[in-house]
Amino acid sequence: MSFWNDPLRVAADWLQGIFVGWGMNETGAHVLVVFLGVLLLITLLMVLDIFLVWIERKVVARFQDRLGPNRLGPFGLIQPFADIIKLIIKEDTTPGDADKVVYNLAPILSMMSVLILWAVVPLAPVMLGTDLNVGVLFLIAAGAIGTLSIIMAGWASNNKFAMIGGFRQVAVMVSFEVPMLTMLLIPTIFAQSMNMNAIIDAQNVWYVWISPLGALIFLIAAIAELGRAPFDLAEGESELVSGFNIEYSGMKFGMFYAGELLHAFTFGGFWAILFFGGYRFFGLEQVSPFLAILILIIKAMLGYWVIMWVKYTMMRIRIDQMLSFNWKFLTPLSFALLLVTALMNALLASAPTWLYILGMFLANVVTGWIALEIARSATRQERERIEGPNKKVAEASH
Amino acid sequence: MTGAQIIFLMVAAFTLLSAVMVVTTRNLVHAALWLVSTLFGVAVVYALLNANFIAVVQVVVYIGAIAILFIFAVMLTRKDMRDSGPQINKNWWAGALVAMLTFAGLAFLLSGWSGFSKTAAELPAGFDSISLLGESLVSPEAYVLPFEVASVLLLAALVGAVYVAFNPSKK
Amino acid sequence: MNEWLYVALFIIVGLIIPIGAIAAGFIFGPKKPNPIKESTYECGIEPVGEAWIQFKAQYYIFALVFLVFDVEAVFLFPWAVKLGQLGLYAVIEGIIFVAILVVGLVYTWRKGMLEWA
Repeated sequence: MSFWNDPLRVAADWLQGIFVGWGMNETGAHVLVVFLGVLLLITLLMVLDIFLVWIERKVVARFQDRLGPNRLGPFGLIQPFADIIKLIIKEDTTPGDADKVVYNLAPILSMMSVLILWAVVPLAPVMLGTDLNVGVLFLIAAGAIGTLSIIMAGWASNNKFAMIGGFRQVAVMVSFEVPMLTMLLIPTIFAQSMNMNAIIDAQNVWYVWISPLGALIFLIAAIAELGRAPFDLAEGESELVSGFNIEYSGMKFGMFYAGELLHAFTFGGFWAILFFGGYRFFGLEQVSPFLAILILIIKAMLGYWVIMWVKYTMMRIRIDQMLSFNWKFLTPLSFALLLVTALMNALLASAPTWLYILGMFLANVVTGWIALEIARSATRQERERIEGPNKKVAEASH
Repeated sequence: MTGAQIIFLMVAAFTLLSAVMVVTTRNLVHAALWLVSTLFGVAVVYALLNANFIAVVQVVVYIGAIAILFIFAVMLTRKDMRDSGPQINKNWWAGALVAMLTFAGLAFLLSGWSGFSKTAAELPAGFDSISLLGESLVSPEAYVLPFEVASVLLLAALVGAVYVAFNPSKK
Repeated sequence: MNEWLYVALFIIVGLIIPIGAIAAGFIFGPKKPNPIKESTYECGIEPVGEAWIQFKAQYYIFALVFLVFDVEAVFLFPWAVKLGQLGLYAVIEGIIFVAILVVGLVYTWRKGMLEWA
């Protein structure tokens, strides 16, 4: 068990030996070692968060055909540190009539709900934080706390815009949790377990090949959960002047902002774990846990890049369009996909692997195509109802 | 006192304190938030009992849906965010008496149960509660009928809510 | 138990880090409150009226429909875990379960409860 193969176990045993040598009892030493490990992971995550700010600004700049920050340090790498210093030395104004306890608690809970998601992310085959056998539902539970923090922020600010923004954001987040829950059922069906590590272990074929529509719906629901464009009505700068975080300044705003970016990266990571094989890459992860972590981070970055790509390409959708899209299209589609997947899984259970993959892939494509056709005919009827029948088409068919 | 017992006592004290705050605080939205912390305390108790699935479901359903519903309901019916009033009406002594009697009765009944003074047996290693739950939910000898009836119950709740909220002039 | 220990430590450290960051802001930032700064923001003009809005009942309807489907999804998780080993009859039972609730969704849709907004 060398350092390269199992670094955490080696380091933990060594540290535990030191602590026991100092006179602590076994359990206390174990708890302290775990605590130090958690502290290390969260510190690394916060450092990553800082660089996510830089990545976000550079990427949005390139999408908009400009350079982005390039003055502070090479390629503007010092820029996020300058941003943090600015946020810390800003004055912390609290609105006069705000509910002080709830107002201050909201950004803390928001950041905490993102950080605890990393407790169930398996970083490497031997570095699982916790082998929680309900890892998949834990994702939704952390999201529940995040939803609560937004409602708290919107309400406690004692500001009309904050309240409207907060309620709308929560309505959207809560609505899109239904297709997300349903799509989380699909890797559970395939892997026969809710444990994140078991889902990665079972992905000899990446789940994106056997359920592409599931991956797509999960991505859409995740972008809505994050509150990012095209679903960022609550923060629409031109509409609600920043929504639920109007009255927040300084580091409290920083917690919301950095928390949102880290949340997006985390969801990129979960998309990679659930559908793209997590830290697995054709056996490369067995070489060393550090390589496995690198693979996971690269995949999470790719997922995060897709989320950013969507944000900077699409325009914002109106709240009623968002909710109609969810309840009238995405939710029925996700249930249909779930039932089709369950049925095909049972029917093809004894088929050879290539037939299984092909069958599931085709089932997904057919379901998606049928759903699109239904949506298309519904919109065509709606358009004809508003505009009258399309005269050109009517004439051309004669 | 083992470590597990100490932790349980702390969590139980936290839950009870939050529950007391729910009924005594003056601001309704604060009461809803204290309810959230009570529900979280219950989730921690489930986790301490190794009921992982139930603990996470408690957070997902109770905190993620029901508490949000409570907060929305409070905001729907209150005019002002600082609307608060006295929480105690003049019959509070009757309520306290009934609660005390109920607690005494329950404690008396439970003390006659053999498991009251023993710690529970350890679960066998590799015990997979979710797997057992899944199997029993669909097996014809176990709980498949309650499983289907649960969906009918949810349908009834949905239809009832729609009926109550339905406003024919909204067209 | 060990699994939850890790999660509990994550919650504790996850609370300490933002509290520390906000405390750093509190220590290093100037503190000069005045009534103008503390007044509610309303696009640069004086706030008009009380800071409450007529809460749309529609939010409550969406939260309620979400609650029903949340509970349904929670029931479906143990079903999904065991699906691979149980064969076709479990799938049929699951289809019945979901179908009953999809009927509920269609009913809600037809009654116009899903309009906004």
